Amino acid sequence: MASRAPAARETRGAGTEPPSPPSSFSFAVREFRYWTTNYRRTWRGSIYSSVLNPVLYLGSIGIGLGSLVNKHGSASLGGVRYLVFLAPGLLAAAAMETGIGESTYPVLGSVKWRRTYYAAGSTPLRPSDLFHGHLLFTAMRLVMNCAVFMAVMAAFGAVQSPWVLAALPVAVLTGLAFATPIEAWAITVMKDTSFAMIFRFGMIPLFLFSGTFFPVSQLPGWAQPIAYATPLWHGVALCRSLSLGTATIGGTLIHVGYLAALAAAGIVVGDRTYRRRLYV
Amino acid sequence: MTDPDVLIHARGLTKRFGKFTAVDGIDFDLRRGEAFGFLGPNGAGKSSTMRMIGCVSPPSGGELTILGLDPVADGPAIRARLGVVPQEDTLDVELTVRENLLIYGRYFGLPRDVISERTDRLLEFVQLSDRGADQVEPLSGGLKRRLTIARSLISEPEILLLDEPTTGLDPQARHVVWDRLFRLKQRGVTLVLTTHYMDEAEQLCDRLVVMDRGKIAAAGSPRELIEQYSTAEVLELRFDPREHDQAAEKLADLRAQRMEVLADRILLYIPNGDTALTAVRGLGLEPLTSLVRRSTLEDVFLRLTGRQLED
Repeated sequence: MASRAPAARETRGAGTEPPSPPSSFSFAVREFRYWTTNYRRTWRGSIYSSVLNPVLYLGSIGIGLGSLVNKHGSASLGGVRYLVFLAPGLLAAAAMETGIGESTYPVLGSVKWRRTYYAAGSTPLRPSDLFHGHLLFTAMRLVMNCAVFMAVMAAFGAVQSPWVLAALPVAVLTGLAFATPIEAWAITVMKDTSFAMIFRFGMIPLFLFSGTFFPVSQLPGWAQPIAYATPLWHGVALCRSLSLGTATIGGTLIHVGYLAALAAAGIVVGDRTYRRRLYV
Repeated sequence: MTDPDVLIHARGLTKRFGKFTAVDGIDFDLRRGEAFGFLGPNGAGKSSTMRMIGCVSPPSGGELTILGLDPVADGPAIRARLGVVPQEDTLDVELTVRENLLIYGRYFGLPRDVISERTDRLLEFVQLSDRGADQVEPLSGGLKRRLTIARSLISEPEILLLDEPTTGLDPQARHVVWDRLFRLKQRGVTLVLTTHYMDEAEQLCDRLVVMDRGKIAAAGSPRELIEQYSTAEVLELRFDPREHDQAAEKLADLRAQRMEVLADRILLYIPNGDTALTAVRGLGLEPLTSLVRRSTLEDVFLRLTGRQLED
């Protein structure tokens, strides 16, 4: 710093035009790299649980409970074994869980406990860069978790169509459709008790009733429209149609459009809420 | 504003939070190479001012130019040239000392080898060279502060903003921080700091403003302020609490330039403390303790606001 100050006098006087700032994307990547550096300490544990979860669910419910379901006939499941029906639904649900998990406690921690958003905020990064950087990291975690989940699915023999590979980006999109709006809200939250509401009244009912474990057509008539309106159902339906090889172009466009619109709306709102929380 | 040596220019700068006015129309200019201080008690508006300068808090009114740029429109460009030491540490305590500097350097878009070379130099500067691989969590408050200072210097900023840099540190740790800041100043780094410690302001600031309730009460060098608002010496007297009020009445007869009756002490502002003490005894008063000292910024603050800096 000793040599810098006098040199700066010549080149950077007051009245200089602002240098064009690096692109928003490169700023977001800087924040993304913060999260990956941070993740280096915990990635082993997280991989372990992302393998263990699908093994436990597919083993107990898919095979164990499924053997009872299969005796009953598979007509309402579209003519496939229960394990094959269940696995893509669980994939979408796991993506939802990862998306919600990444967009709640880590966000509150960054403003309240570790206060790292304030450290980053005093560098060239803007609040929206911090938001987008964390979304990039969330997307990376979704790719990792969903890829592991699909590998376990394949090992259980629970896939029928090569189209299942397209379920990976779809599952990631499902996770982001939850992550962006919830993160936009989480940055406004002052206490972590608010998150318990999301888990109890949001995530768990969606997990149970959005067609993951049984077709929505089994629900009472009044509840079916509600289920069809939820983002998880769109994710489940799309992942399942790809895994079973029954996807149609029209259906795919509707599901992808719905999920993408939700994710985009979350980004628009989050840009504002991040700014409002961090620039007081 | 054409002077290229004026790095920060504020006129009528105001910050409101709802109905509360935290900063109430202040004027100041920061010049290149100086150490500039905002002195005032908690709640005077110092931190709000610092956050506006740091481009993380849009002004509610008035004019503010930093490095010739607009803090609202050009935040990223300005912040690229600022170093910030916040009041509360924002270190990532789960990472190591070096990782904290690595992350921060990357925020400024610095390449890895540049960060690594500067990290070596900065850790040596703040005497943390042997702690580079250690996790931050168990470090003491003083070491964390020094790390925060090192972190703020990774981008070789033109202006270093320090918000209460030594609040909460023990005396020894404070002196180490002061010493490092003094060295930075010697190297020509422009410093802006807030403090409610008058000794910190006297040691480090070339020029300062005294803030109270969002307004600037006085401005100048520490020496100028003391000369203008206080006497050369102060006689501090402590009496038996039962005699405190009576003594204050009698002391009024001395016609000192100024007298402050505090809860526990009486301060007499006079040109010569020893002469005054003799005069006090001449009145038949015997204080429990007496102290003759030079005037400080604390006395200036008391004079300007009628209140003490630290309560």
